[in-house]
Amino acid sequence: MAAEKKNPMSKALVRRETIAGYAFMLPSLVFFLGFVIYPMVQCVITSFFDATMNREDIFIGLANYTELFQDTVFLGALRNTAVIVIVSVPVVCIFSLWVSSVIYDLKGAACSAFRCIFYLPVVTGSVAVTVVWKWMFNNYYGIFNYVGTSTGLLKQNINWLGDERYALGCIILILLTTSVGQPIVLYVSALNNVDQSLVEAAEVDGATKFQCFWKIKWPQIMPTTLYILVITTINSFQCFALIQLLTSGGPNHSTDTIMYYIYYNAFKLYRYGYGNAMGVVLAVIIAVLSAVQFKLAERD
Amino acid sequence: MKHKRFNRSTCYKILSVAVITILAVLFAFPLYWIITGSFKTSAAINATTPQWWPEEWVLANYQKLFSRQYAPLWEIHIPFTGFTFAGPDVPAAIRWLLNTVFMAVAAMLFTCITSAMAGYALAKKRFLGRTLVFSLIVCAMALPKQVILIPLLREMASLELYNTIWAVIFPIVGWPFGVFLMKQFSEGIPGEMMEAAKIDGAGEWKTFYTIALPLIKPGIGALAIFTFINSWNDYFMQLIMLTSTKNLTIPLGIAKLQAENAMDFGLIMAGASLAAIPIIIIFLIFQKYFTKGITMGAVKG
Repeated sequence: MAAEKKNPMSKALVRRETIAGYAFMLPSLVFFLGFVIYPMVQCVITSFFDATMNREDIFIGLANYTELFQDTVFLGALRNTAVIVIVSVPVVCIFSLWVSSVIYDLKGAACSAFRCIFYLPVVTGSVAVTVVWKWMFNNYYGIFNYVGTSTGLLKQNINWLGDERYALGCIILILLTTSVGQPIVLYVSALNNVDQSLVEAAEVDGATKFQCFWKIKWPQIMPTTLYILVITTINSFQCFALIQLLTSGGPNHSTDTIMYYIYYNAFKLYRYGYGNAMGVVLAVIIAVLSAVQFKLAERD
Repeated sequence: MKHKRFNRSTCYKILSVAVITILAVLFAFPLYWIITGSFKTSAAINATTPQWWPEEWVLANYQKLFSRQYAPLWEIHIPFTGFTFAGPDVPAAIRWLLNTVFMAVAAMLFTCITSAMAGYALAKKRFLGRTLVFSLIVCAMALPKQVILIPLLREMASLELYNTIWAVIFPIVGWPFGVFLMKQFSEGIPGEMMEAAKIDGAGEWKTFYTIALPLIKPGIGALAIFTFINSWNDYFMQLIMLTSTKNLTIPLGIAKLQAENAMDFGLIMAGASLAAIPIIIIFLIFQKYFTKGITMGAVKG
């Protein structure tokens, strides 16, 4: 804005730039407005309606929202989602920071080989990853039970995904393996961009490795940490394929998450309005969390 | 003992590399298990003692996968006449693979073209409403993509695109991450070069085409591979939009396979290999661009 005030453009120039700007934006705007913004607006509007297939929507005001907060399954899903986020976000951040800090100064090929392997589960795709984990967790043919019983850690086979006590833990474990790939790539490149002269100067002054990391590198990779926090939070909230393919929210709703419950209501029960109300609540929660993370980071 | 301090730090280093190597093996294990599992006999798969390396390699699982269902290789609808030209019947899994490749390539091309133009405009054109458009893009990116799936389904149904591959492609093209990424790359185009082109009498389009485009090519490469891989694996969207057997994508086909034959792990692993191996090969080939795409997107998250 300041630059524009310094060099006031003539009206004709502004008009020309505006026309050219929108001409270049047009193809993208058509898709963006049509398939992102319009559905977002529709999502909010429909959340005030009783909407289902092959029938006109009926306006019901806030009824979807009041039902939502009395729905014990939804509240359970909210709790499970919170558990997933609270466990996975710190673990992903700390684990990927540790791995990157070890591998970033290895010789080039070794570093990119490690980076590649930790990224593999992401590329393999959620469906292929999920079906193989389903086999590995299987009660009779899975290797977890085999390794557990043959080493004596387990007394008998455990039905990992069919037991309320373990199912959510198993889901979180798989989610972790598919979540650390991107943060590691980001941290490795952030650590490589740290100003090396500062580190050397500190080492000359006799700083320990730990001091070097905490006082010099950590502040410089802070923006990356913030970005990782935000995307990991969003990804953990959106955990869906794992749940749908492994447990369908069971046993006894112990692995229901908001995203799965939205799917269940909208695409199994055809309650579009109710599903959209949940979507709005989820979006608000994520927006508030992201804002808090940004505020906290700014204060530091 | 005179290098005590040196030794301690080296020890930590060696120990952590060792631990990370073990972890890396564990991370690669599921993929290893998919591939070897797809070649195992059903006796080996259903053995309570797993075979870490298949004693006998068989193609039975792939034969079963390819003889389960059939679908025409292609179908071309002639508008307004109701005629359809259908290709020869092939195993459904081949058709799924073809659908997925078509979907990923189309999403990639559309995304790259629209994002390169829009990113250039946002970075280099001082037009009215630019800040508004850009903040809309950033806000949309921070929201969970899946929340819009219900309205999107109804929208696609009213556009008569439901259960066609376009219902998956268009929302991917609309997702603004690409525009955001291309704006980051376009900021680096020197203004003097654009001025010079203008003085030489180049129009808006020619300036973009001859000056900007060659400079942002690495960015487009990063965006292309990023979009390709993400759309290949965008399971939720595919699940909601595609229903009939011939229209499925490969990840969706494998999920359906799993729902119908939950205990035939050999068959499912053969499907999972078919879904995972092509995309992993593409990732390994274009890895450099991919890393760049991820890191550039984060520079100003």
